Amino acid sequence: MTKFKNFLHNYKPALTVTLMLMLICGLGFPLLLTGISQVIFPSQADGSIIMVNGKAIGSEIVGQEFTQPYFMKGRPSAVHYNTYTLDADGNAFYSDGSEFSGPASGSQNLGPSNPALQERVKNDIDAFLESHPDVKAEDIPTDLMTASGSGLDPHVSVDSALIQLPEISKASGLSMDVLQQIVSDNTTGKLLGIFGEEVVNVLSVNLDIAEAMGLI
Amino acid sequence: MFQIIVSLIIYLIMLIPVGTYLYHILAEKHTAGDVVFDKLDGVIYKLSFTDSRKDMNWKQYAAALIVTNTVMMVLGYIVLRLQQLLFFNPNNIGSMPADLSFNTIISFMTNTNLQHYSGESGLSYLSQMLVITFMMFVSAASGYAACAAFIRGLTGHSATSVGNFYRDLVRITTRILLPFSLAGGLLLVWQGVPQNLNSNILVDTLEGTKQVIATGPVAALEIIKHLGTNGGGFLGANSSTPIENPTVLTNLIEMYSMMLLPGACVIAFGKMAADERRKRLSAVSSEQLSTKKEGITAKIFGREGRSIFLAMSILFLIGLFLCYRAESQGNPALAEVGLNQSMGSMEGKEARFGVGLSSLFTTVTTSFTTGTVNNMHDTLTPLGGLVPLLHMMLNVVFGGKGVGLMNMILYAILAVFICGLMVGRTPEYLGRKIEGREMKLTALCIIIHPFLILTFSAIAVSTTAGLAGITNPGFHGLSQVLYEFASSAANNGSGFEGLADNSLFWNVTTGLAMFFGRYLSIVIQLAIVGSLMKKNYVGESAGTLKTSTAGFAVILVFIVYIFAALTFFPALALGPVAEHLTLWA
Repeated sequence: MTKFKNFLHNYKPALTVTLMLMLICGLGFPLLLTGISQVIFPSQADGSIIMVNGKAIGSEIVGQEFTQPYFMKGRPSAVHYNTYTLDADGNAFYSDGSEFSGPASGSQNLGPSNPALQERVKNDIDAFLESHPDVKAEDIPTDLMTASGSGLDPHVSVDSALIQLPEISKASGLSMDVLQQIVSDNTTGKLLGIFGEEVVNVLSVNLDIAEAMGLI
Repeated sequence: MFQIIVSLIIYLIMLIPVGTYLYHILAEKHTAGDVVFDKLDGVIYKLSFTDSRKDMNWKQYAAALIVTNTVMMVLGYIVLRLQQLLFFNPNNIGSMPADLSFNTIISFMTNTNLQHYSGESGLSYLSQMLVITFMMFVSAASGYAACAAFIRGLTGHSATSVGNFYRDLVRITTRILLPFSLAGGLLLVWQGVPQNLNSNILVDTLEGTKQVIATGPVAALEIIKHLGTNGGGFLGANSSTPIENPTVLTNLIEMYSMMLLPGACVIAFGKMAADERRKRLSAVSSEQLSTKKEGITAKIFGREGRSIFLAMSILFLIGLFLCYRAESQGNPALAEVGLNQSMGSMEGKEARFGVGLSSLFTTVTTSFTTGTVNNMHDTLTPLGGLVPLLHMMLNVVFGGKGVGLMNMILYAILAVFICGLMVGRTPEYLGRKIEGREMKLTALCIIIHPFLILTFSAIAVSTTAGLAGITNPGFHGLSQVLYEFASSAANNGSGFEGLADNSLFWNVTTGLAMFFGRYLSIVIQLAIVGSLMKKNYVGESAGTLKTSTAGFAVILVFIVYIFAALTFFPALALGPVAEHLTLWA
């Protein structure tokens, strides 16, 4: 018994220091950061939400799934960018008809040698060539046929944006000049001209397209 | 390639002030912030009835570390099991099951951050803050504390005392982790990482469908996740998601956050060893000291730190080059169906990062044992995936929270021992003789790591419960298993994420691998130091193997590769190497 008491006495700081640090690091720090962020960077701290006519339509930093021929398409996503539709009973479904079970992120995690990867890419290439008959298979940029790691990638490469424009122009009635301007307006260059890749934000391109078409 | 070189040069420049600061904290030298921090720490010691001046020997230190970590695990476990009933749960997340909670709590306490849950659906905001964010601070601080004790013992600060664990824990948290996190966290929010307590955002899209966007106190977790080389993401897909890592700048901030402190640890070690040497030399003769001029690198890193840093850098650069090259080559299986591979292998990578920043991040996260990912490692090309796997198996290429340095010093002891055998002299390291007891402990510590990885992998591939987790056919399936256990034992936490790992078998086996990988190593490493401290200092002679030279760094690199090759090569040959040969056949 005295041994146990000794143990408790010796290791009292193990409990008390833990409780102190739990309060400081586990509550104090995140709440302090929330407070400061909400004051100096309110928009970013709340998720960089884009409002159109007073309604939230998406986030600047998260991609969305698009199906209409007059909109630009993003990269394949294992989680369909968490975009879904509701049926009459309130059940949620992805665009391919499978059930939506709540927000997720990630890729299908197909290894490079997995035959399922080869098959998925082959089907996507075939579908793309069908909807873009003027395009040659070898000109399709790699990123447009491969899934992003997060499944929420808001960007495509500049080549992937440009290759879609002729068909978007036909479907939307907007001229190629207008569309090229929209793409260049929504292109982010490399950081300091050195780091990262040059990319186009698909959602903001489509917002500009919708605006030019008078949809919003 | 150019951006990689530039970012590494920036790293070296930033490392110098951070290393000097860390040295001041670990060696308890005066810093400008003392005025504030002494008061803050004083309040913490007072409120927790802690005598921060009491010296501990290595046994007391190790015991304090383990008991404290156990208390933290128990409290965290309770919160996870009860999260449904507690506050800050706007998304109505249910409580976590017992086996998953067991795995999660060990994972975060041991600084592994292997995640068998997805943050979006598995944790309330209270758990994300009070358990995950909290543990990210204290598991890192525990690691650095162990490293501080190790360095103090090794550089001969006293014959018995290695410092006070509670004092180290608090000082490292308040003077390094908290201020760096606050500044870095604000930078992340500025770039778009959310920080709020709102429920997930529901929007109506342009096409009339609905989208749900995850949010919450992300930035707070995000910054300490990297700074403490933790790696567990707020969301399932970790730092590949634009919510955790929206821009190229956040990617660089996150990368530097995880690289700075482990590198700084080497500088702190070098400087503390140099201090000790100076003290001893000036006791012998004052002339010897003044006549010898030190070069610039010796001044920055300390003589002993320099050779260790060089060896780590060589290992790092070899891995980085291999990974970058493999990813740039693309995937021949996709070229076969007509997909242009000029951008490299883009499956599982984000457009904004491309192959360059993705392969750099992958090599960094596994070298500095963080485990955060900005691309999916399961989809890396075979050789691109071999690099992260190998660096976790080596576990000495910088390594996270001080542990990498401790492991590397064991290899240094092994290297002087092997070199000593060749010339028939009793080996010495830092002026102390390396004898039977130290060598036995070193060998034991080095063998634990491959033992855990290979034994558990063997069990997994020979039981149905283990095999059930594999989701990719062929050689890649074995890579998935090896990766999971290498990641657990090295306390890394990244995964070949396809593995269906939330099952009783995987939760328990990886939980055990993480636990033993962490605590057995720390206890044995402190025991080695405890035994070295008692020995008398032997002066340098003509026959002493100089451990501060570039030549020694090269020997160290070879020793590391030879031991890794001997232990892991057969397993690697059956996994990634075989997959590479079949893909490129």
